Amino acid sequence: MSTNSDPIKGKAFVLGKNIDTDQIIPAAHLVYSLDDPEERKFYGKYALSGVPVAESGLPQGNVQLTKEGETESEFRIIVASDNFGCGSSREHAPACLEIAGIKAIVTPSYARIFYRNSVDGGFLIPFESYEDLSREVHTGDDLEIDQQNHILKNHSQGKEYKIKPLGSVADIVRAGGIFEYARQTGMVAAK
Amino acid sequence: MTLTEKILAKHSGKDRVSPGDNVWVDVDILMTHDVCGPPAIGIFQKQFGENAKVWNKEKLVIIPDHYIFTADKYANRNVDILRAFAAEQDLPYFYDVGSDSYKGVCHVALAEEGFTRPGEVLFGTDSHTCTAGAFGQFATGIGNTDAAFIMGTGKLWVKVPETMRFIFEGTAMPPYLMAKDLILKIIGDIGVDGATYRTMEFAGPGIKALTMEDRMTLTNMAIEAGGKNGVVEPDEITEAYVKSRTNHPYELVYSDPDAKYYSEHFYNLEEIVPMVAKPHSPDNKATAEELEGTYLNRAYIGSCTGGKLSDFRAAAEIIQGNKVKIDTYIVPATTEIARGLETETIFGVPLIEIFREAGCRIGNASCAACLGGPSDTFGRLNSDEICISSTNRNYPGRMGSKQAQVYLASPYTVAASAITGVITDPRVFIQETVI
Ligand code: SF4
Repeated sequence: MSTNSDPIKGKAFVLGKNIDTDQIIPAAHLVYSLDDPEERKFYGKYALSGVPVAESGLPQGNVQLTKEGETESEFRIIVASDNFGCGSSREHAPACLEIAGIKAIVTPSYARIFYRNSVDGGFLIPFESYEDLSREVHTGDDLEIDQQNHILKNHSQGKEYKIKPLGSVADIVRAGGIFEYARQTGMVAAK
Repeated sequence: MTLTEKILAKHSGKDRVSPGDNVWVDVDILMTHDVCGPPAIGIFQKQFGENAKVWNKEKLVIIPDHYIFTADKYANRNVDILRAFAAEQDLPYFYDVGSDSYKGVCHVALAEEGFTRPGEVLFGTDSHTCTAGAFGQFATGIGNTDAAFIMGTGKLWVKVPETMRFIFEGTAMPPYLMAKDLILKIIGDIGVDGATYRTMEFAGPGIKALTMEDRMTLTNMAIEAGGKNGVVEPDEITEAYVKSRTNHPYELVYSDPDAKYYSEHFYNLEEIVPMVAKPHSPDNKATAEELEGTYLNRAYIGSCTGGKLSDFRAAAEIIQGNKVKIDTYIVPATTEIARGLETETIFGVPLIEIFREAGCRIGNASCAACLGGPSDTFGRLNSDEICISSTNRNYPGRMGSKQAQVYLASPYTVAASAITGVITDPRVFIQETVI
């Protein structure tokens, strides 16, 4: 993930509320190694494969994050409704999204373990929006997150929305994860 | 300060903490299992070096439980990774598959093996680690990176949560009610994100009347409301359990009388009725009575929340002398509970006999179909089954197929429904047979 504050650009993938970790990566797929470069690709292939078809890629639905036969998605930013990532503590959830190519998520609220895993593992950046944008943004819209000014720009619709600053986790996000943060602050010896 | 704030203050070397503070805490126990252990170990080795040693081998507990009785080669490989790591690190607390020490579901095993101690801090790479809060411990789920960080340093940052307090009046659990009904009621009331980032503290005389197993059912499902942890103040029931399992010293911690709460919610045991969570969310609440007659073709009793000995005793009370009408799966959480099914009796008949006679299928101690798992998993919902289950999650695809539908309920309600083949309020049976 980008550890600087450059804008994050790419196509939107839109989801509803309470997207739980079983929908993000169904449990049957948790057996693959995240370290093995080939096996790891399965996570990109199956990311969000548990989302009911009609609710995958709103508003029309029936869009797969990762196209059949591929391991990386064309989408870069997930926009969802409340309580994203609820359910299990599996770090495979933010990891699979990163492997699929997702750089950031924008939702009004997260389940805490998912949020924490995203930040501490440095997988992607979980931004919080003030309002539920899942009905405003359409899957495929061309988005840009301006991290300096905390703005989400929707170039396809010519609209802009304020998003929240990262707050107390900003230092860990900027460092690129908990280990990098701990090395920078001297908690863990530098490699 | 609240109980949770006090534990976090003590473990971060501070006199006081307030909700919202970020603190680094010293960890008493780290638990991991076969799904998240291997990636956590991979990160640990990458970050601290191939030959690095864990910070304290007495404090790392590894309990394989998720994908155990399967032919899936990747799943079996994961247990091999744990085995090699436990040997290399000379870990005293590894409960290996196929050995006499094999336990089964980690959250129940942690309690049975004496790792759930009042006043301590426990992290686990599993969201239901919050179960241990039943013992007055601060316990919460984390990811693999955080677990790897603890393996190397013995520390982790925590944001001090606000506390929501759920106060139960009442002197005893009514004969038809189980802790599962209480927590389904609460989750239905506040929603699956109703306690996000917060502590759920369960208090009042109604809670003091509960056994340890019942309290564990409550705290287990704090995560289903988004809670960071669930907690019950320790008392003589807690101490009796912990002392029977370990000699390890611990410290009893209580909330101060002037502690500040985010909110307080009042309930009365006598006013709660058997509850059901409809597909596909634990907060999709209804009463068993409202759903009477809903068609089912599968029943499942098991998991960390609904597969304890008291859960099977409850189910057997209803099932005894009856035949089940639909496929009914019985999965003890741990091997100790599996042995209990043989030794615990009702009118002289072992529970396991009652289940066999009724036509139930009995599986080996593990998580089994609670989270679906590989396709050959015992009890897995492989197509469009409609299942009533004593487990804790019913999100789409949780128990296997996305086409399946899962209703969550207490073991009483699951057992009553298994006999009739439709959702059934257990009060019908309990008034007839038990009391
Ligand atoms: S029994 Fe179910 S909820 Fe409990 S640890 Fe296993 S998979 Fe998770």
